[in-house]
Amino acid sequence: MSVKRKDQAYIAGIFEHPTRHAPDTSLVQLHAECALGALKDAGLTASDVDGFFGARDIPGSNANWFIDFMNLKLKHIDSTDAGGCSPLIHISHAVDAIASGKCHVALITLAGRPRSEQMKTGTAPRPGEPDRPDSPWEVAYRPTISTAYAMMMARHMHEYGTTAEQLAWIRVAASEHAKHNPHAMFNKPVTVQEVMDSPLVAPPLRRMDCCVISDGGGAIVLVSPAIARSLKNPLVRVIGSGHTVYGQNAGYRNMTTSGAAVSGPIAFKEAGVTAQDFKYASIYDNFTIMVLMQLEDLGFCKKGEGGKFVSDGKLISGQGPVAVNTDGGGLCNNHPSNRGGITKLIEATRQLRGTAHPAVQVKNCDLAMACGPGGFIGTGYAHATVVLERV
Amino acid sequence: MNNEHITLHTQALAAHPYFNFFWDATKQGVLLLPHCSSCHKVHWYPRSFCPFCYETKLDWRPSSGDATLYAATALTKASEPYIVAYVELAEGPLMLTNIVNASVNNLKIGDALKLSFTALDSGQQLPVFTPA
Repeated sequence: MSVKRKDQAYIAGIFEHPTRHAPDTSLVQLHAECALGALKDAGLTASDVDGFFGARDIPGSNANWFIDFMNLKLKHIDSTDAGGCSPLIHISHAVDAIASGKCHVALITLAGRPRSEQMKTGTAPRPGEPDRPDSPWEVAYRPTISTAYAMMMARHMHEYGTTAEQLAWIRVAASEHAKHNPHAMFNKPVTVQEVMDSPLVAPPLRRMDCCVISDGGGAIVLVSPAIARSLKNPLVRVIGSGHTVYGQNAGYRNMTTSGAAVSGPIAFKEAGVTAQDFKYASIYDNFTIMVLMQLEDLGFCKKGEGGKFVSDGKLISGQGPVAVNTDGGGLCNNHPSNRGGITKLIEATRQLRGTAHPAVQVKNCDLAMACGPGGFIGTGYAHATVVLERV
Repeated sequence: MNNEHITLHTQALAAHPYFNFFWDATKQGVLLLPHCSSCHKVHWYPRSFCPFCYETKLDWRPSSGDATLYAATALTKASEPYIVAYVELAEGPLMLTNIVNASVNNLKIGDALKLSFTALDSGQQLPVFTPA
């Protein structure tokens, strides 16, 4: 495909906080450490930042207080919240803001302490705000994150014959990557049998089908082409993005397709790529079934053939057509604030810079993508995809 | 049993007074479904307009009470495990609900289900389903 790619904005700085358990620090301190870490990586300082992008995980639920705390002098702010995929949307908005001259150095942060707060992320019903439009018809039935994904898993198995063993391979691949990541929350490799023997959370969903609950965070600095070329890091630019809210369609949505079926084609079209062009992909892995469905919906394989596509270690770097989540992903490495968007962008950037762990680094990685869902699967569910390239 | 969900349900109903008629009907053992007077589609969860053609005149009719199981699971760790399911109503849409008087191990996708109601401590009646 030949599409003239726009030279709009570059990822100049990345930082993933090394902590996975932070009982003795504050949420705002985590955000600040991530911000300063990414700026240092870029070779910039907080005084250079003129645009800020952050979601509801910032203390105060919007960016105002954090911007004041950091004493940033800004020309552009964006507190868009769409759940875990928010940073993938922030990147898209930041590209537009830089391209239109609204700002030149955009900072995106995400952080959280669900582990220290002993949050039962997957198994406690999430209290929906009373005025949420679905609340009268949802909260009394006590759906949880795990029951939602368990039903997607059950339905995918029913429609396509996908097996628990095939899904277990997604966890196995994540663990094989995580063993090279000293910061990963779980860095001991597991076998398919160990995944299938792990306790049932909500049948058919087992504990090892679920991502970690970790403290931590990350940040990204996105800059204009001129600034990027004045800095030292390899040049990684954003060449496509798409996002959507993939709701219930008022009762007529199948549960075996994800929002990647919408956001993916938008991002791929802008970048002029197809799934087959990628040798690395960060695929949001809150649950094993979500990786499988997104791979199908993005076109890495045909719908219903995800089970075969992920089996036998094919997602492990060097063992299949595309390496997925080489940092160990949300399943084994990190899921700060119960939101995976920022870590997905960070590992994709490492791959493009050639700075992933040597054991998992994809050779000559010049094209990568990151995607993921946000919010509650069902009534309030967003999805975003971003395409990156090294120039 | 943790009753937080009943408190949340009560708060949600208070935040949506437009739908009091819907909950009043459940006390008569009726699940009302919104049929669009223009495109005739039934939607779920309820709105005051048709979310397909945006017609504002809806006909609220009692459901047949028939549904089939789309997918089900149970939160096995809960002190009193409960079954969460999506069911496909005979009238068309999928509905999030609970399946009562059933074991998740004995439920199969496609199983025929019948409408029932669970009395909540709040005095409300919650539409649920049970194997037919």
